[in-house]
Amino acid sequence: MKIAVCLKRVPEMELRFSIAGDRKSLDPGGLKYEISDFDGYALEVALQLVEKAGSGEVVAISLGPDGVQETLRKALAMGATRAVQLKADEVPFDGSAVAAALAAELKDGGYDLILFGRMATDTGSGTVGAMTAHLLDLPAVTAISHLELGEGRGTAGRDLEGASETVSFPLPAVLTIDEGIARPRLATLKGIMAAKKKPLDVRPAQLGEVRLTVESMAMPPERSGGRIVGEGPDAVPELVRLLRTEAKVL
Amino acid sequence: MATTFAFAESRDGNLRKVSFEAVTAARRAADATGGGEAHALLLGAPGIAARAEELGRYGADVVFVVEHEGLARYNPEAFAATAAERLRAGDYRAAFFPASAQGRDLAPRTAAALGVSLASDITDFELQGDTVLARHPGYTGKVILSLRLAGSPALVSLRPGAITPTEQPRTPRVEQAKPAIDPASARVSVTETTQRTGARLDLGEAPVIVSGGRGLRAAENFKLVEELADAFGNAAVGATRAVTDDGWRPATDQIGQTGRNVSPDLYVALGISGAIQHLAGMRTSKTIVAINKDKDAPIFKIADYGIVGDLFEIVPRLTEEVRKARSGH
Repeated sequence: MKIAVCLKRVPEMELRFSIAGDRKSLDPGGLKYEISDFDGYALEVALQLVEKAGSGEVVAISLGPDGVQETLRKALAMGATRAVQLKADEVPFDGSAVAAALAAELKDGGYDLILFGRMATDTGSGTVGAMTAHLLDLPAVTAISHLELGEGRGTAGRDLEGASETVSFPLPAVLTIDEGIARPRLATLKGIMAAKKKPLDVRPAQLGEVRLTVESMAMPPERSGGRIVGEGPDAVPELVRLLRTEAKVL
Repeated sequence: MATTFAFAESRDGNLRKVSFEAVTAARRAADATGGGEAHALLLGAPGIAARAEELGRYGADVVFVVEHEGLARYNPEAFAATAAERLRAGDYRAAFFPASAQGRDLAPRTAAALGVSLASDITDFELQGDTVLARHPGYTGKVILSLRLAGSPALVSLRPGAITPTEQPRTPRVEQAKPAIDPASARVSVTETTQRTGARLDLGEAPVIVSGGRGLRAAENFKLVEELADAFGNAAVGATRAVTDDGWRPATDQIGQTGRNVSPDLYVALGISGAIQHLAGMRTSKTIVAINKDKDAPIFKIADYGIVGDLFEIVPRLTEEVRKARSGH
């Protein structure tokens, strides 16, 4: 079983962000980076599938500047077989431009599965997986929280609003992973040592045309927040009055 | 004057609220160009055409209806091919999809089929020259991005609840069309759709969400949350990740960075401290109420109204008062 996992390096979301002077990017000072949540789940799914199959490889792919090598080493430490950096000075916001570069790399790779997280936590867009699948002319199932593989086919579960659906697909396929299938393992010391010797290839990213760009960034308006109506059950009538007359939601 | 497009999402033969939001957006965009037409595309099993009129109520001038037994359930490849074919056939300036579970799958497929870009999960937009300026909460809602989208059509998916459906009634022209590919030929097929039990509104559609966290202390105490939701009458029930991880509530109830992103008119947070992971999913709510025993809990920093104290005393009283207010006293 040969599986590619596309990983994005994103800032740790728990940190305090500030906007850079260009008003279009985050101030890099103080940022730390990690594998985007859902991409970590995708990597874990890939590792478990190959372990279960008994043989195969997991290829971790990440697009971006040299900083993504750290992300890829982490994936190697968790157990990926080898890694590929698609080198670009920056990662375009436009998912279709990224998908073009990934499709160029993945084409003719002979993968049984190509996995993505269901979305990156920085852009919050979730477009690259399905777009890459289209460019590769592969079937795709997105945002799956359940997965079973059989001979040449698979079955996935997706959560809808108030419902869920079961989806059948042939292999090879592109899947984007939601929570629910697997929680990423921690890298062991042995894994970290082994990762240093695993191959990490660097190739230029063949990005597609960029038509979606960040015009500006802003911190969300401070909510009027912090208004404590009162303490204990006696504050309830005042709260209800405010919800009726001020917020007009009752 | 420019023509715009909205994708209408249905389930079990009924239109979902996100469809009216998409049509409202398409109407607004068409009007902004000096009064072009807003078109809608509606796919489903035979009989779905009966729903076309409802799209007219929100401003659709034309509704293209594709009825086929193979489209009774979502068929990703047939839906995307049919949407792309319709978008190629008209000179559409902008096309709006719901950023629902289905739309988040459909919109990028359609964009790729057309070779255009997609602005995903948008909360507001305006047309500027031949581009679209779109607002999008990124970085788990901690940063508001203004995105510029070039290309025609400009594909946009709308965060459920962000656009208020506005009635602008007209009688739409209904045109029957065919699926662009035979639905039976699709490689990917939805074999089963299971409705979750319980008649409560879905998190994406409910104007009010009552949500519970660890402060409820035990699964059975969620009945307090349920009762308050029942008192509102139009509320869904949500939960934090801590709660869904512990199995107090199903994983699908999770609101947050790794769960659902919601923007209801009113969000009531009970026993929720306000971890970043949770705030990421609800901070765009229009009004936020928090009830928590810890006056320093981060949730109070973003709440419009807070009550500090024991939720086991406060919530039953709130439920009673809401019930009274709802019944007109």
